[in-house]
Amino acid sequence: MNNKRQAKDKIIQYIFFILAFVSIAILCMILFFLVREGVPVFELVTVRDFLFGDYWYPTSDPPDFGIFPLIAASLLVTVCSAAIAIPLGVMTAIYLAEIATARVKEIAKPMVELLASLPSVVIGFFGMVIVAPFLQDVFDIPTGLNLFNASLMLAFMSVPTICTISEDAIASVPIELKEASLALGATHWESIVRVILPASLSGLSTAVILGMSRAIGETMVVLMVAGGAAMVPASIFDPVRPMPASIAAEMAEAPFRGDHYYALFATGMVLFVFTLIFNFIADYLSNKHRQVGASTL
Amino acid sequence: MKSIVGKDSFPTNAKDKKLSQLTISLAQQTSGRRKYSQAAMFYLFRIAAVINALALMIILFFLIKNGWRAINWTFLTQAPIDSMTKGGILPCIVGTIYLSIGAMAVAFPLGTASAIYLNEYAKQGPVLRVIRFGINNLAGVPSVVFGLFGLALFVTWMKMGVSILSGSLTLGFLTLPVIIGTAEEALRAVPDTYREASLGLGASKWQTIYRVVLPAALPSMLTGGILALSRAAGETAAIMFTAAVFYTKKLPTSVFDQVMALPYHIYVLATAGTEIEQTRHLQYGTALVLIFLVLGMNLVAIIYRSRLRKNR
Repeated sequence: MNNKRQAKDKIIQYIFFILAFVSIAILCMILFFLVREGVPVFELVTVRDFLFGDYWYPTSDPPDFGIFPLIAASLLVTVCSAAIAIPLGVMTAIYLAEIATARVKEIAKPMVELLASLPSVVIGFFGMVIVAPFLQDVFDIPTGLNLFNASLMLAFMSVPTICTISEDAIASVPIELKEASLALGATHWESIVRVILPASLSGLSTAVILGMSRAIGETMVVLMVAGGAAMVPASIFDPVRPMPASIAAEMAEAPFRGDHYYALFATGMVLFVFTLIFNFIADYLSNKHRQVGASTL
Repeated sequence: MKSIVGKDSFPTNAKDKKLSQLTISLAQQTSGRRKYSQAAMFYLFRIAAVINALALMIILFFLIKNGWRAINWTFLTQAPIDSMTKGGILPCIVGTIYLSIGAMAVAFPLGTASAIYLNEYAKQGPVLRVIRFGINNLAGVPSVVFGLFGLALFVTWMKMGVSILSGSLTLGFLTLPVIIGTAEEALRAVPDTYREASLGLGASKWQTIYRVVLPAALPSMLTGGILALSRAAGETAAIMFTAAVFYTKKLPTSVFDQVMALPYHIYVLATAGTEIEQTRHLQYGTALVLIFLVLGMNLVAIIYRSRLRKNR
């Protein structure tokens, strides 16, 4: 009886063990299928020409499969949105964790969470029909659907990510550190800048990286708002075509298992690798400089 | 046994709290320029928080202002007519509900099982690190890449076609990390005394998990489920190639049917419709319905969660 029970317990444990690997299995399958459907394009172009080619004309004859303008667009959109989202996200996190009273926090925090829950297509739609005409009028530019608009919309999508993770990092700084700093005569603000922020730096950098990773992979916003021109932009008000937008817009028209189809999957591979790199960095940062106890600073 | 308070170095009893508040208020009484620079900086931070709230308000304001007129009973209960320039969005609402419930049917059991292993069985070590690595990276995979994956695996390789089934599986995998995260948090919040009491009475590990830990964690797990449901409902790029179509006349009758979906409908009307300007009110209306659905679910989850935390 007892043995039977133990055996059953062991079996159940193994079942859970196997089920826990489902995430990593999915990750491997994603990689496998991207490679399987994407690699055939390299019979047509070299890896170098694909990544650094300046022309993306997948439907002309002969087609040009150079995704450099798409990569450049993705990186620029990510960097510009980070320039807005990082200060905004981190400052909001500091406000929520250090300054806001409990009652304000009870309202302000759900606001950030609701902002995070807005569907990307709705933000894209908002950028298209409200922000774009507004920008066009204010800056007197030919189109409001451009790099700047896309960055702005993306920023508000990555602020909640940055803010939530930063707030956790700030809140997990041991209170002894803050008390020691205050007891030495530092103001609350000085304690935040000189003690709390340095102590939570690893968490903050993880937050920033994950926020940027969200921005580079975001699809609907850049599809609807970025303008869609596959060129390296010369100004911040030029229309661009980041990688996710290109995949989403062209997949429906690409002939099944044709060169264009393979090229889009290969673009997906590049995008996947980019987010993987971002996640590696985030993982490294959060493990390497973890704040353990009150003694290490 | 793990201790649930061990990690927490915040003062927990009232006396400690008072003391630290006293220290803070004493230190805050420093006068002069330092005080003003602090006030100025704090003001700046408050503005940052206000900007976020404003962004949310502005988006909601414009959607409601331009969309509420489009919403009426016909809009919610009829199919689109006249090449989608008139009529309602019933097929999209139905499609979105099917897809997100399908996604939960995939993700909830799988995610809960992963969380049970991670919190109840796993020991610190390389295996745990590999699993965590998988979850973290899965959470970072762009939704359009999930779409490509769903297209290659479910639609093409497993020959499910563009269908509710393909879409639900893709969305299920996409929301898996959300479910794992919230389920784990729910399990972690169950006090160890529960487990010890159950084990002490002679229950096996599995009996303890099934009869004691899971029932205690279930309410917060369901909150996570609602959050993931709302995420799945708003997702567009992952269903573009796997489940959603431009237009279909009939409501789905089997899991192998294609569907219309709210987010995809917004995208289609706003970018590829025959009369983009003429259908603007329909676009706003659809966006508003989607927002109501998603924000409603989120609000329920947030309020429910804060009540759970208070009762603890």
